Amino acid sequence: MLTGADSAESAEKVMDETLSKAGLLLGSIEYIVSTGYGRLLVPFANRNITEISCHAKGINSLFSLARTILDMGGQDCKAIRCDEGGKVTNFAMNDKCAAGAGRSMEVMARLLEVPLEDMGERSLQTVERPSTISTTCVVFAKSEVISLLHSGVHKNDIIAGLCDALSHRVLALLKRVGVEKEFAIAGGIAKNIGVVQRLEEKLGLRAHIAFEPQIVGALGAALFAKELLEKSIKCGVDN
Amino acid sequence: MIVAGVDIGSLTTKAVILKDDKILSWHVMFTGTHGAEAANKTVGEALREAGLSLGSVDYIISTGVGKLEASFSNEQVGEILCAVRGACWLFPSVRTVIDIGAENCRTIKCNENRKATQFDLNDKCAAGTGVFLETMAAMLEVRLEDMGKLSMGSNSDINVNFSCAVFAESEVISLVHSGISKVDILSAIHKSIASRVYLMVSKMGIEKDVVVAGGVAKNVGFTAALSQRMGSELLVPQEPQIMGALGAALVAEETSR
Repeated sequence: MLTGADSAESAEKVMDETLSKAGLLLGSIEYIVSTGYGRLLVPFANRNITEISCHAKGINSLFSLARTILDMGGQDCKAIRCDEGGKVTNFAMNDKCAAGAGRSMEVMARLLEVPLEDMGERSLQTVERPSTISTTCVVFAKSEVISLLHSGVHKNDIIAGLCDALSHRVLALLKRVGVEKEFAIAGGIAKNIGVVQRLEEKLGLRAHIAFEPQIVGALGAALFAKELLEKSIKCGVDN
Repeated sequence: MIVAGVDIGSLTTKAVILKDDKILSWHVMFTGTHGAEAANKTVGEALREAGLSLGSVDYIISTGVGKLEASFSNEQVGEILCAVRGACWLFPSVRTVIDIGAENCRTIKCNENRKATQFDLNDKCAAGTGVFLETMAAMLEVRLEDMGKLSMGSNSDINVNFSCAVFAESEVISLVHSGISKVDILSAIHKSIASRVYLMVSKMGIEKDVVVAGGVAKNVGFTAALSQRMGSELLVPQEPQIMGALGAALVAEETSR
């Protein structure tokens, strides 16, 4: 669900929803790890672990061969390298500039009045050819997109240009940590086939994509919780 | 001798008419989608105010991002040169020029011979440009020209942490929701853009005197924040927007002399 302004409240709500789907109560959960931007604000968590570690862990459990991970959410983009155990060995992050984050797609989808989830698909159905988006900054690119629309360019061609630009920026971040053959994508951007395909073309690789790319971080957190619980039982520490 | 300078910016077009090194008249209007038309109209208006016609102008120089669109100009000249010439004419003691327009920001160092010795340009990122202020003004429902004065009443230490205009927008929305007054938010916005500009100019090294011009320099909240951040006094032209057009006219005067 959307986080909204109160992350503690949304953490509680999303936990309740998930528990009720599983037919469980919060009391029956033995260990909880929180992660993400608001990880310090989760009132019921036993521990918090960074989203970088959790993504590596989550991806490792899904694709044990993956050594390079791209995780792009609305607010930031991370390129992560990990070892065979899913331990982070290196990472690079952009959380400063919206042009290299999922937010740019959100802004453009709203501007073009196209549902966010359709952006990827439509970018593959170009009418003439993909537009060239020459500005980086989302604010400037908005003006550029508006003038493309005014000059009669088809929305799909503009979207193709936007997806291409985003994949280009992601590639630059990935190159900072280096890309190994086994490569996985997580986060909301994995749902945008337009960005994913273009990135694959640029890398000359097929990416592993999680079936639910948005929950990889939470999955990793749950796996950490399992490990931590096992460890504490082994040590005889009562949690 | 009568000369004209026209500066076709991304948002506004400015024209200055000079006669024997004195400003006869000037005019500013929105560029809109048609740079050529805006250039024509702006020069026309400035000439009308001076009671002159285009035929009486000896030499015209255009500058700014749309400089090639002014078909009637005798010559096109770069923005850096024009900014330096304009700044040195207004303030001969200037050694650092900060020129902030709607979509870019230039920081220039110059010497006593009115020559640019070093410069830096940001035209890639809206943070640190006028568009950033425009976005924020629209969101807070404050008129762009009122932002500066309004923010002067604040003495809060609230900051906008994101420099990206897109992320800062969300941050400002949450500041609004948490009940922070518009005055304090405006002040935070000015501090944010001032710190971006400060980063740019400090990379070059700040040498006094410092002139700040361009449309953003009309915002007193911003110039106060920048002055505080830099820890030095700033010189602001009476009409900060027309400095580039003035510089172009001054170059025209030199060329046709």
